[in-house]
Amino acid sequence: MLDEEILRMEGITKEYQMGEETSVVLKGIDLTVNRGEFLAILGPSGSGKSTLMNIIGCLDVPTDGKYYLHGNLIADEDQTSLARIRSVEIGFIFQSFHLLQRQDAYQNVELPLIYANMPEKERRARVEEMLIKVGLEDKMHHMPNQLSGGQQQRVAIARAIATNPTILLADEPTGALDQKTGAQVMELFHELNNEGRTIIMITHDPKIASHATRIVRILDGNISEGELGDA
Amino acid sequence: MNNLAIIKQSFIMSLQNIRANKMRSFLTMLGIVIGVGSVIGLVTIVHIVTGAVMGNLSGLGAGKLTIYGYVSATKMGLTENDVKQLSAIDGVLGVAPVASQSATIVVDKEEYKKIRLRGVSDIYFRQNPDSVTAGRGFTGSDMDGNTNICIVEESFIKKALKGKQVLGGKILIRGVEYTIVGIAKNDESLLSYMTSASALEGAVLVPFKNVLSMEGKKIIYNAEVYVKEGYDIGMVESSLRSALSNMYNGDKDAFDVINLQSLNTMMDQVKGLLSALMGGIASISLLVGGIGIMNMMLVSVSERTKEIGLRKALGAEPSRIQLQFLIEAVVLSGMGGLIGIGLGLGIALIASAIMKADFVISFSAIAMGVGFSAAVGIIFGWVPAKRASELNPIDALRAE
Repeated sequence: MLDEEILRMEGITKEYQMGEETSVVLKGIDLTVNRGEFLAILGPSGSGKSTLMNIIGCLDVPTDGKYYLHGNLIADEDQTSLARIRSVEIGFIFQSFHLLQRQDAYQNVELPLIYANMPEKERRARVEEMLIKVGLEDKMHHMPNQLSGGQQQRVAIARAIATNPTILLADEPTGALDQKTGAQVMELFHELNNEGRTIIMITHDPKIASHATRIVRILDGNISEGELGDA
Repeated sequence: MNNLAIIKQSFIMSLQNIRANKMRSFLTMLGIVIGVGSVIGLVTIVHIVTGAVMGNLSGLGAGKLTIYGYVSATKMGLTENDVKQLSAIDGVLGVAPVASQSATIVVDKEEYKKIRLRGVSDIYFRQNPDSVTAGRGFTGSDMDGNTNICIVEESFIKKALKGKQVLGGKILIRGVEYTIVGIAKNDESLLSYMTSASALEGAVLVPFKNVLSMEGKKIIYNAEVYVKEGYDIGMVESSLRSALSNMYNGDKDAFDVINLQSLNTMMDQVKGLLSALMGGIASISLLVGGIGIMNMMLVSVSERTKEIGLRKALGAEPSRIQLQFLIEAVVLSGMGGLIGIGLGLGIALIASAIMKADFVISFSAIAMGVGFSAAVGIIFGWVPAKRASELNPIDALRAE
């Protein structure tokens, strides 16, 4: 099972039209990720890592090349089908948490389950299970501004894993946290990975990347396999 | 689909947003409040006014025709014989003639000149039992022409019998003593105003034959004709017309047959037209209110770009985002609509008090208010909701 291929990119390019000029952000990316991997995509800002994340997360489609997610080719999908794919396949974790400020922890975790059409009873059990998993069972009805940064990111992680997605896609997940809470979040990532979840983490920080079991480097739109401890 | 959960959640969220932007929401709603308020207020006032006029007519309307026989070159109004002939027409249940005369009446030695005296038959009271508010109406045995009893209208009491014993009291009509047996409502019908200038002063009602046997000018100038159940009132009307035409030697201007039901229908049309006109004028302010909603929703969408981006990243399809913002617009306009209904009914209540008319809640107006405000929400929420649904999630997430 562990060797099952769940993501494959073949010659992915992404171009943006900027007035007269075309800027090529991704220049033919080949990447394969197997189930259960904890992959870090390491690169400085401007390297194209955000664009790559958007394509992996089905927020954007490539200009050229082939992207298979869970065996399905993601190509000229419209926004509605992309939303459905995201709902099932992707769990996002953002640098700045992106919690809805007027909703409590419970409601924030519930949100993707509503979009995934899970019935209410099942939803409740699931939300509670997720919040227990990230250690926030006593903060279920706290609003985001009543939670510390680390706790907010835990809510965001609970939200990301609630739908049991194929890939957990984290964008600088510790970027807004201090070192200690950042380490705790990484601890949680290890736990999730040990349970068999596939994690792809985008970061510019080699120290954070070193938590992953595999690192690829991205620079100027090209990707290269890195070594652990290569930082 | 899990749309119910989305609707419920969107509903709660829109209430949260309204609460979070109290002032802005209030000002936005104000447009709808004024719009719906003026629609409801004006339409309800139209209903109250027309209702007051029609209330007088409607009681007289059903199954009844009123005939007028005027004084012509050949004929002094209707005769007793005419009434008998008209009673025999197929479909006529009965004819209640009214013989009118003006007479001097003496109450406790005080003279009241030119009081309208109406000779009324017992059929009238059988058909209009509500017309007597105290005492009794005339019955068949009162109709022999020798029973000197009378019924006084309320405004006559005000004029001549204030503070006196009314029922059982005695008054002199043309020198003959009459006993008061009943009190009748003032005849405030539109027809009474049209046909008798002294309607406001109140009349005294005596048995029909008594008037005929009195001295002086006496004319049976009108009669109420009651139609048997199951007969078409229009058919009876045309039979009456041809009979009257014979009596007046073909002089069609000398008589009238008035079908109050057709008058009612006409009034209904007038009412509908007036309501539509007033409602139409007031809807202009609803339009302005709708533009306010659109403006606020557009601001809301641009303020919440990041939220929209996040929802999309979490798997929300564009249609669900659209639904959410539409619901918010409808909640906003719907709340304004509810307040507006209250405001409009309040205005109508005050107006009805000023006009001394009965206040009636027009449910069609309320339905219209609810419908209008919901429609305004949907129509003017559509563009902002569409815009929200079309936001690119990447740009939206990056927005500050």
